[in-house]
Parts: sequence; C-alpha cells; structure tokens
Amino acid sequence: MSKAVVTDEKLPDLPPPSNTVGPVHWVKENLLSSPGNIALTIFAAWLIYMLVPGTLDWTIISAVWAGGADACRANPEAACWPFVWTKWEQFIYGFYPAESRWRVDFAMLLLVVGIAYLMIEKTPGKRYMGLFMLVIYPIIAWILLYGSVFGLEEVKTNKWGGFSLTLVIALTGIVFSLPIGVVLALGRRSNMPAIRSICVVFIEFWRGVPLISVLFMSSVMLPLFLPEGVSFNDLLRALIGVALFSAAYMAEVVRGGLQAIPKGQYEGADSLGLSYWQKMRLIILPQALKIVIPGIVNTFIGLFKDTTLVLIIGLLDLLGTVQAGIADPNWSIKSVPYTGYAFTALVFFICCYGMSLYSRKIEEKLHTGHKR
Amino acid sequence: MSEAAQKTSHMTDETVIKIANMNKWYGDFHVLKDINLDVKSGERIVICGPSGSGKSTMIRCINRLEEHQKGSIIVDGIELTNDLKHIDAIRREVGMCFQHFNLFPHLTILENCILAPIWVRKTPRKDAIETAMHFLERVKIPDQANKYPGQLSGGQQQRVAIARSLCMEPRIMLFDEPTSALDPEMISEVLDVMIDLADSGMTMLCVTHEMGFARKVADRVIFMDGGQVIEQNEPEEFFTNPQSERTKLFLSQILNH
Ligand SMILES: Nc1ncnc2c1ncn2[C@@H]1O[C@H](COP(=O)(O)OP(=O)(O)OP(=O)(O)O)[C@@H](O)[C@H]1O
Ligand SMILES: [Mg+2]
Repeated sequence: MSKAVVTDEKLPDLPPPSNTVGPVHWVKENLLSSPGNIALTIFAAWLIYMLVPGTLDWTIISAVWAGGADACRANPEAACWPFVWTKWEQFIYGFYPAESRWRVDFAMLLLVVGIAYLMIEKTPGKRYMGLFMLVIYPIIAWILLYGSVFGLEEVKTNKWGGFSLTLVIALTGIVFSLPIGVVLALGRRSNMPAIRSICVVFIEFWRGVPLISVLFMSSVMLPLFLPEGVSFNDLLRALIGVALFSAAYMAEVVRGGLQAIPKGQYEGADSLGLSYWQKMRLIILPQALKIVIPGIVNTFIGLFKDTTLVLIIGLLDLLGTVQAGIADPNWSIKSVPYTGYAFTALVFFICCYGMSLYSRKIEEKLHTGHKR
Repeated sequence: MSEAAQKTSHMTDETVIKIANMNKWYGDFHVLKDINLDVKSGERIVICGPSGSGKSTMIRCINRLEEHQKGSIIVDGIELTNDLKHIDAIRREVGMCFQHFNLFPHLTILENCILAPIWVRKTPRKDAIETAMHFLERVKIPDQANKYPGQLSGGQQQRVAIARSLCMEPRIMLFDEPTSALDPEMISEVLDVMIDLADSGMTMLCVTHEMGFARKVADRVIFMDGGQVIEQNEPEEFFTNPQSERTKLFLSQILNH
C-alpha cells in the first residue's frame, strides 16, 4: 500500500504564522481564545473605558493651560497647569537665590551632557567619561551648588530645594550605594570572621529599620550624642542616611550575583595567579554585576522615590516644594492639589522609567553570546 | 628504558615538584593519605584511578586550589604554606586546565589570554597580545581571537584554555580530565595540542583516562585508589604488567570497552 508522494500538484499553503495574519485573527487568537480570556478582555476594556477618557479629559482636553489662578478658579473640575508654570522655578530650585540659579542650571547641564555621552553608542573614551562622571563630576557639582570657593557666593544647603535637591540626594545615593554595597557584599562572603560579622551586622541593621526612622533619628537624636556646638548639616545627614540605607539593599543584590558565579570562575582566576582584588575586579564582579543589573536598577528606583521622605526632616525636595506651592493661599483652588501631585508623579515616572529603559539597553549590550 | 628512549624524553635530573608525606582531610574524611611524589623537570606524568580516588584533589593541592593539612609540597624550590607570596609565586609557574575549561565568558578569547600576563606578570599589552597570538596559533585557533568563549565549541574552548595557561609561560602544566567533558570527535584535537606540548619539553601532570595518550607521551603512569598512590611505572610496564590486584581490576574495566 505504498504510494508515490511525488506530485506535480501544488500542495496547499501552510497557514501564515499568527503574527503576520490580519487584525481580526489576531484579536481572536489573543483576546478571545477561551471563556476565561473573553472575561478578562471584557474586564480590561471596561477598565480602560472607566479610566482613560476621564483621565485624558481631566489632564488634557478640559484642562486649563493658560492664564493665572483666576482661569483655574473658573474651571476647578480640570487640571490647572498654570499653577505649575507659575511655580516652575520654585519646583526646580527651591529657595536657591535667583541670581545664582545659573549654577544649578550649569550643574544639571553638565549632568545631562555627561549621561547623554555615556548613553550614545560608539562615543570614544566611555570608560574615562564614566570615571569622570563618578568621581570628578560630584566635586564640580558640589562646588557649583555650595560655592564659597573660586569667588562663588556660598549658598547654604537649607536654601537648596525642589527637583535639584531631589537629584542631589538621589545621585549621591546612587553614586555611593553601589561601591559601598559591593564592598559589603564581598565582606559578607569573606573568609575572615571579623570582617564577615561586621558586614552582616551593618547590612541587617540598615535593612531592618525604615528609612523614615533613620532620617528622623539622624535629625532628632544625633544632636544629642554630638558635643555641644557641633552641628551637623541636615542635608549631609540625609545624604549619609539614604546612601547607607541603599547600600545595605545593594549589598544583598550584589551578593545574589556573586552566588550565581560558578566556582570554576574563581578557580580559573586563582590558577592564573590573580590576586584576590584582581580576581574580583576583573573576573567575578563584572559577571556578577551584569547578572543583577535588574536588581541594581530596582534599588536605584526605590532610592529615587525614597528621597521624598526627606520631607520628614524639613528638607524641601520636589514633592516638598509642590506641597508648599499648594499651600499658597493665592492658589487655594480645588484642582491645584491634584495638579501638583499629578505633576510630581509624572516627573518621578519619567525619571524612573528612563532608568529602567536604560538598564535594559545595557543588559542587551553586555550580552556576550551563550552561557558557558 | 627502551620505550622512553623512543619517546625522546625531556626529563632532567632537576626535581621541580616534591610532595612528601602529604595528607588531606575534608572534615573527617581522609582524602589523601601519605602521598609521596617527586616530579623531574620535563617529566610527563599521567595519573589515573577510579572515580573519587583523590586524583583531582592531589593535583589541585599542587597549586593550592586545595589546602593540604600535613606533609610538605615544594614546587620549584618554593614550599607551599599559607604565605600568600609563596602561593602567588607558585601559581605563576604552574598552569592548569580544567575539565570544564573555566574560560571567562565576559571576555574575548584574546582578552582571556592576555589578562593574567598583563595583570600578574605586568607584561606590556602589546607584548602580551603577541604572545597570546603565538599560542593561539599553536593551538590552531588564531582566527577565533575576537570571539567570546560562548561562541566556540567545547574542543576549541579547551584549546583556548590551554593557550591561556601557556601565555603565563609556566614551567609546569596540570591537567584535570581535560577531555572528559568533550564530545568524542573533539577529544583528539585537544589531545594533539597536549602531545605537541609534551614534545616541547613541558613538565606535565595529567589526570586522564586516555590510555592512548598515556602510552604515547607519559614517562610515568601513576595509579591512585582510596587516596593513595597504589602503583607507578613506565606506561608499557604499567599496562602490560600491572603489579597490584586493584590496578589489574581497574585496567580491565577501562580497557575492555
Ligand atoms: N569539597 C569537598 N568536600 C568534601 N568532600 C570532597 C570535596 N571534594 C571532593 N571530595 C571527596 O573527596 C574524594 C576525592 O575527590 P576527587 O575529586 O579528588 O576524586 P577524583 O579522583 O578526581 O574523582 P573523579 O574521577 O570523579 O574526578 C571524593 O570521595 C569526593 O567525594
Ligand atoms: Mg576529578
């Protein structure tokens, strides 16, 4: 019963792969394939219907875009963007003296240029630029912002505020938490019991207390322990608190990466005669950090958002200045608080989502083919 | 000594490794019992024995990937102690190839090869690249220099691993089952490189079950079981006229399939 399979007739075409067929098919396949799926689709459609038109209308279509407080008072049922336009400078600079704001602008410009340089592909000397941004830039930024050298007028940190303060806290946290976290993670895996216990205690202490209580204690309790007359800058305290707090989280993220590196990598490095630090820096950490990029960025994002907690010790970050603006009696309009918070949320979202996108790009770039 | 004469032995009178009464425990487990072994410069030794007999542990003690608890190991005149300086000095003279290659996956083949010369020997980058290319040519994969280890076959990776060790210009090479993770068709390409290395006069200690290789290049075959050196002899004698019962049993097991 064998039959020749050779034939002149054209065999029927196979159906095209599902992602190349028409939209109707796509909908059937992806949205309506089973009763459960249909229910979910209906629910999602209802959710979109409930949320999207209202949000769009409130934020964009009916919103007040121009004019002043009076225009908003006339239309209190929609977003009041003139509030943001009017307070714009305060949101960015806080109470930084107007005649010196160019210094903040310049510092931010340097930051943007530096980051852009690092993000654009194939720019030469990335390594040096990265080192510059990590080591030299913070010093330049501090000199620009604080002044009191090179003929720059001193601007006390209690004048700092707004988004620029948010950036200062977040970037300090980011720049310091990663290296401290790496050292803590290595210490926690050290063979030396003393070093290991110190690191464990440190990590567990900072992970075990809420950031808000750290900040609170640093501003209320620390002065009690310091000798009379020795004062400790509020901002500096917040910076140290945030950096150490994130460093403890970072340490655990990095430790996860270290644990994922096979023993053979350590032995390979040892057998070539590399010293402990060479082995870690050249072989182990590059691989371990690459594995935990999502976790690192996760910690950065958490840190960025946690900066808003400095409100508790009286520092006015972006959220703080927005709240101060809302409290302005000239702007006591129903829509103003909503607008202020929506604006804050948008700014934070853009920053955090940006970090997330950038991290994904780095991950792709560091992918060197298949695993061992 | 007829066999050794044919093989153009490079053996000299200088002892480069001297292991005396070496013992090692893993917790309560006595892995290595009173190991005594002298290796001459240029000597090629093949170590075999059943699984778990302590072969890997023994050669890993020679470059301090494992620590011994009793007895002494002297490599190239330097005694292995807890002194990091001694350990580093010895690791610079002793290269090692592993069963699973242990190449660094985030670095290219060339970078794998020049890393240790640059950082440990402080060789100028240009010279290190030159040396690396020389050895990559010797293991017959110069054209893969800019690929990553993950893009190479197992046999190629093992040859890179050998080249990487050779770039440090070691006096002694240790091999721990270099071919046992490879598909059969790749084994010979690695063995060829090892034979070539043996012909050049390198002092080699190989843990392997490739008996053809042992016959061809070894000056001495060592049989281990239960953490002890049971028997050692020239390959011809060892295979045709084993002395102990355990050796006979082992040989009958590995030669009969
Ligand atoms: N880190 C360790 N802790 C405890 N026991 C170990 C450890 N490493 C090895 N052993 C034990 O020591 C013995 C010797 O191991 P070793 O790896 O040296 O054997 P081997 O001769 O190389 O065997 P194989 O041919 O399977 O590689 C084995 O019984 C093993 O279970
Ligand atoms: Mg073994």
